[in-house]
Amino acid sequence: MNPIWAHILTLVLVLLVMVTIAAGLIYVERRMLAVWQDRLGPNRTGPFGLLQVLADMIKIFFKEDWIPKFADKRVFVLAPMIIMMTILMTFAVIPFTPLISVINLNIGVLFFLAMSSLGAYSVVLAGWSSNNKYSLLGAIRGSAQMLSYEVFMGISLMGVVVMAGTFNLHDIVMAQHSIWYFIPQFVGFIVFFIAGIAETHRLPFDIPEAESELVAGYHSEYSGMKFGMFFVGEYLGITLISALIVTLYFGGWRGPHFLPPVVWFLIKMFVFILIFILMRASLPRPRYDQLMSYGWKILLPLSLLNLLITGACVLYFAPGH
Amino acid sequence: MNVIFYIASIIAIMATIMVITGRNAVHSLLFLTVSLLAVGVVFFTLGAPFMAALEVIIYAGAIMVLFVFVVMMLNLGKAYEKMEESWFSYKAWLGPGILCVILLGELIYVFTVTKGSSQPLTVITPQEVGMSLFGPYILGVELAAMLLMAGIIGAYHIGRKKQKEYHRFLQKEEESV
Repeated sequence: MNPIWAHILTLVLVLLVMVTIAAGLIYVERRMLAVWQDRLGPNRTGPFGLLQVLADMIKIFFKEDWIPKFADKRVFVLAPMIIMMTILMTFAVIPFTPLISVINLNIGVLFFLAMSSLGAYSVVLAGWSSNNKYSLLGAIRGSAQMLSYEVFMGISLMGVVVMAGTFNLHDIVMAQHSIWYFIPQFVGFIVFFIAGIAETHRLPFDIPEAESELVAGYHSEYSGMKFGMFFVGEYLGITLISALIVTLYFGGWRGPHFLPPVVWFLIKMFVFILIFILMRASLPRPRYDQLMSYGWKILLPLSLLNLLITGACVLYFAPGH
Repeated sequence: MNVIFYIASIIAIMATIMVITGRNAVHSLLFLTVSLLAVGVVFFTLGAPFMAALEVIIYAGAIMVLFVFVVMMLNLGKAYEKMEESWFSYKAWLGPGILCVILLGELIYVFTVTKGSSQPLTVITPQEVGMSLFGPYILGVELAAMLLMAGIIGAYHIGRKKQKEYHRFLQKEEESV
């Protein structure tokens, strides 16, 4: 097959599979929350309630897509696009298998950090353009939270980069042939995981959209498919963070040979997605100042120390020293 | 790569013009972000992927978000847009505009007279950037680090407010005890 067509096919495949997984997660989350909370969950539509996603999607497509009269129209429309675009673009650098990946970028880790920092615009602009005080409060909380947790996220990743000696995600997976990095980089893994939850504003850290205080936070004024984009964007974010944890700390597509690499990747990814959902089911929301001081006073020193010790160890055990 | 370079440059220039002529502060900041992203693409096409990533992470992703954040907090309304419009009058931009056109003409002349460097495009890897930063330019890195540290300490000092706040219920309890 022509390499260009193969490339385009990979691209479309990755996009479709990821958006489908993200939409399917809406069902998985409701169902798993129900299991963990001793309820039934959606089980009426289709076998095991599987068609519930379809019903939800049809509903959201045909809902009235209303733009408030007092909103800044252009920015209001732009905001939900940004979150979908930045997250979907990041999937381009993830190596699902040695062969299935859209681009083998030598600054893969930095590309992810760049896209996740651009994702903050979505929250800020959605809240500002809605012209609503609850949205604005949510946006202020969201942007402060995302900006601060990005710092530790970046520093915690640097431990892996130091050990592998590259920003390229393919090479990072290749470098994990003897040991998966979550063992030597356990502190970095924990910090990255927590920062990942904060970046996607999932439940323990979903203060930007705390419904008991702020209606729905930055997306209070959104309806129809624009709200749907925020909603699916959140699940895409979970999928992305899980895929990155697998790539950076759990050996990517590596695994025993009886299953193909892509299956190993998906199995590991779903384990982390389920952990994300379990955390939503079990943990309460912290107060906002607790969230910030926890980040700056515990996670930042921890990730800096981790980087320092990793660097020292790598230098000490380097061959020819 | 050449076509991408020219497209990105044109986007950067157009976006910057929109920044200057825009009336709404947040819209202008968004155009500035677009301009920075386009500059990132320019860096990438010139063989500096690390710089391109930093341009997006630091300028577009962190500093501009803070700018938008601050402007959002100020919440400037329609009255401010009117005021901005009155400042952006004919007289204000004509003089600097003419001077800039002269400079642009000189720039184009210089570009047409001098030949571009014949060196082939080399891609600078992140490792090479690190080697040169912590090799010949170590002094600059350390000076920048000191400056940033001073900035952090200064910000902390300004932000620190000594105040005693009691929770309204706890205070009553303490008083009663």
